[in-house]
Amino acid sequence: MLAPVTHITALARIRRKRMLPVPGTVLVRAGQTVAATDVVAEAVLAPQHIVIDVVRGLGVPAERAMQFIEREVGEDITRGSIVAKRGMGRELPSKVDGRIVAISNGQILVEVQSKPFQLMAGMPGTVSEVTAEYGVTIEGVGAWVQGLWGNGHISSGTLVVMMEGPDDVFSKDKLDPSQRGTVMLGGYCGDRKALEGAQELQLRGLILSSLATPLIPIARRMAFPVLVLEGFGKLPMNAAAYKLLSTNAGREIAVDAEPFDRFSGERPEAIIGLPAGGQPPVPLDLDTFKIGQRVRVGKAPRLAAIGSLRRLPEGLSRFNSGLRAYGAEVEFENGETSLVPLANIEVIG
Amino acid sequence: MSDQELLQEDIQDQDARDLERNLNTPRSLLAIDVGSVNTRALLFDSVEGRYRFLAAGVSPTTAGAPMFDASEGVRYALDTLQSISGRVLTTADEQLIIPSTREGAGADNLASTLSGAPPLKAVAVGLLERVSLESAQNLLGTSYVNIIESLSLNKGRRIEEQINTIVKERPELVVIAGGTDGGATRSVLNLVNALGMALSLIPADKRPDVLYAGNRALADRVSSFLEPVARVHVTPNLRPSLTDEQLGPAETMLADIFRRHHASRILGIGELNTWSGGNLQPTAMSLGRIARFLSILQRKGTLAVDVGASSTVIAAAFNGDLRLRTFAGLGMGEGLKTILGSRKLDQITRWLPIEVDPGYVLDYIQNKTLMPATLPAEREDLAIEQALAREVIRMALDEAQAHFPRNAKRLHHDLLPLFDPILVSGAVVANAPTIAQSLLMILDAIEPTGVQQVILDKNNLAPALGAAAPVNPGLVTQLLLDPISFLNLGYVIAPVVNARDGSPVLRIRVQYDTGHSNTVEVAMGTLQLIPLPAGRRAKLQIDCFQRADVGAGPGRSLKLDRAVVGGPFGIVVDARGRPLHLPGEARARRETLQRWHLALGR
Repeated sequence: MLAPVTHITALARIRRKRMLPVPGTVLVRAGQTVAATDVVAEAVLAPQHIVIDVVRGLGVPAERAMQFIEREVGEDITRGSIVAKRGMGRELPSKVDGRIVAISNGQILVEVQSKPFQLMAGMPGTVSEVTAEYGVTIEGVGAWVQGLWGNGHISSGTLVVMMEGPDDVFSKDKLDPSQRGTVMLGGYCGDRKALEGAQELQLRGLILSSLATPLIPIARRMAFPVLVLEGFGKLPMNAAAYKLLSTNAGREIAVDAEPFDRFSGERPEAIIGLPAGGQPPVPLDLDTFKIGQRVRVGKAPRLAAIGSLRRLPEGLSRFNSGLRAYGAEVEFENGETSLVPLANIEVIG
Repeated sequence: MSDQELLQEDIQDQDARDLERNLNTPRSLLAIDVGSVNTRALLFDSVEGRYRFLAAGVSPTTAGAPMFDASEGVRYALDTLQSISGRVLTTADEQLIIPSTREGAGADNLASTLSGAPPLKAVAVGLLERVSLESAQNLLGTSYVNIIESLSLNKGRRIEEQINTIVKERPELVVIAGGTDGGATRSVLNLVNALGMALSLIPADKRPDVLYAGNRALADRVSSFLEPVARVHVTPNLRPSLTDEQLGPAETMLADIFRRHHASRILGIGELNTWSGGNLQPTAMSLGRIARFLSILQRKGTLAVDVGASSTVIAAAFNGDLRLRTFAGLGMGEGLKTILGSRKLDQITRWLPIEVDPGYVLDYIQNKTLMPATLPAEREDLAIEQALAREVIRMALDEAQAHFPRNAKRLHHDLLPLFDPILVSGAVVANAPTIAQSLLMILDAIEPTGVQQVILDKNNLAPALGAAAPVNPGLVTQLLLDPISFLNLGYVIAPVVNARDGSPVLRIRVQYDTGHSNTVEVAMGTLQLIPLPAGRRAKLQIDCFQRADVGAGPGRSLKLDRAVVGGPFGIVVDARGRPLHLPGEARARRETLQRWHLALGR
């Protein structure tokens, strides 16, 4: 059976496509080294427009309006410049600076100057491929941890570990001014004051094991990336991610807290760039279940627990809820063994 | 007229000669459904002179990341089906064997359905908000779309804002429904002009399909104006007059656009479409076809409900008049975001028969939207999912019923029309640990009234049969509601009555086919079972007290002309009242819910 993969790995070659949704300008070259926060491409995603209605402005019928328009598509116009004129007396000036993008049926559509969206690299690495007008493919080597929820921001900084164990809680009293500008590894966050404190401290990023659901809107408003690894509710950090991140304290870490999109595959993640010693393989994004695989459980009662897949029983198994489904016997790190629905586990790769 | 002839008549695009051939020769069928979480392969064939559903193979859907190729999931589902059924369905180089061989490998026909693609981003355009714009929105509501903008003369938004939204969101589909035939032209052209300017700003390879279904006198002008910036399709006017709405022809065109759009954008869907003779169907539309056909067959209202991970479909049909609503974005996985946005938490937790911390429920829902394929392994989690299923169905029905015909027969103007049968599918209901849980979810969510059969589509066969109707109507008519393929949960008698709890509201006399009879008194507020062994038949005489109404009018007795068939619960009498009332106090409410669970006895 096909097995979804979550990446928690100390060393991997990571390849990411960073593409604009509309044509724009690519700002980097193939072979160029980039940091996570470097802008690799930009484009105006949501251009603003105004309509200059020549029919109303000059009081002419639509079918005749075109003959009074003195500008063409593609022309830049400035505020006050005349765009249409009828005889000697009636003139129609533009009320904005902009560029004419369409003229139709006596109406002029003007795109006003809009701030472009800047697409960041999202990870440290080298530009391996440029797709003209759209973006780049970046490759890098490093430690890699994927999460489940992100607030949409990207940043990087030095990793500071504020956790004493995987089930630690992130609280305001753990914050101090020396942490300004760092990326912090916190635990479960259930207190809005902790998030607000992190904002005041101008953190560059916050990696949490889990977040209380009511704090989602606050986490979304943070100016820095918030990456949640396990989900919502009071959940410990999975042991594999905790070990990997806590042993990399002091290193530069990139946090791309892009929201999880199951269809496109975009997933929030943190990457610690490491010097490329050889070429480790690009891990699989999808696998099939096999005995011996390390797996993470994604549902109660052992949500976020890490274990080893010991047995794949044939046929359906019955679970505490009464539900019958394909299951897997998983041996957890504390030595306990439990039957878990196959649908509830991801392979760690 | 036979069932097959009725279905023939219902399928207007069927070539008569093919149909004739298909009716006379048993032909096996492979049906493939690509859902948002799972891909299913279903095998049907003739066994001992009768069509049967033989087996199903399931795999995770692979249309999205990381494979971006739906055919991988199809292949895995087929592998599973092959190992379960023992039938070889593919060649060594993984090509489907269609038609079947003399040796019995493969299948004669393939029917395919799709619901597992991201909903199409759509813009609705109409002249007046309550008239043609509403019709455009109604049409879009029949398929898997997300309406990102609505344009009309009286919408109250500046034209610039509408253009900005279109340019930013880049719709994949635009439906224009402006002007009655012989009505306004200038206003329609003004709207089309604004739309055309906006579409001209979208990159050429990302421009949408435009379905024009407005004033027919303008069809040529609108086509020639928009063709440089879109692929334009013209269908008869959705609103030929102010009072008439005709969605039918446009629905067919919409299905065609859906098919071609996804076939060109999702790897593997084009291949599946080709295998199915270019007739891949939106799952909702296939389910709608079955609901419509059943309503023609039964000459009454029928209701089909499908609760998926990302979408929910309500297909209600009234003597052939289909009212199909597809709620893309409302479901039991990612679709739970919609529930969180529009229902208060206590509307969900009120259905929990056990005590669960509301904070845990909230976290559970959020986590489920992130990992929609996960299953509830614990009792509390299952209770949450079943509570959510009730609210998802209720929310979909609340919105869908605004589109039901006003003259549809109801026992009370605030309640749903009478439906018989009610057909329900979707993993959360169909795969519940017990069928009592399935039935209770259905009764609580739909609150049926009168006398109706409730059918559980455990293997999600109905959409497959809907898609197969054009190629194998004989199979469809034989299997539709076949008690082996579809689980008859039994007949439910649900009176509408305002009475004190415990007071008698019905007396039901059951005349069994064995010659025996039984009389049962039903008290208000109860959920009661009347013995009738599964598959056995009985005739019913229902006497109503305290102005209780089961379909014959308040206080009037009802003698059913036809026999009812027993299900696993016999006959179910739901005298809990309509609308259903749950105690406000938490402990009392949980006790009530547990009592209802116990009443169904398993």
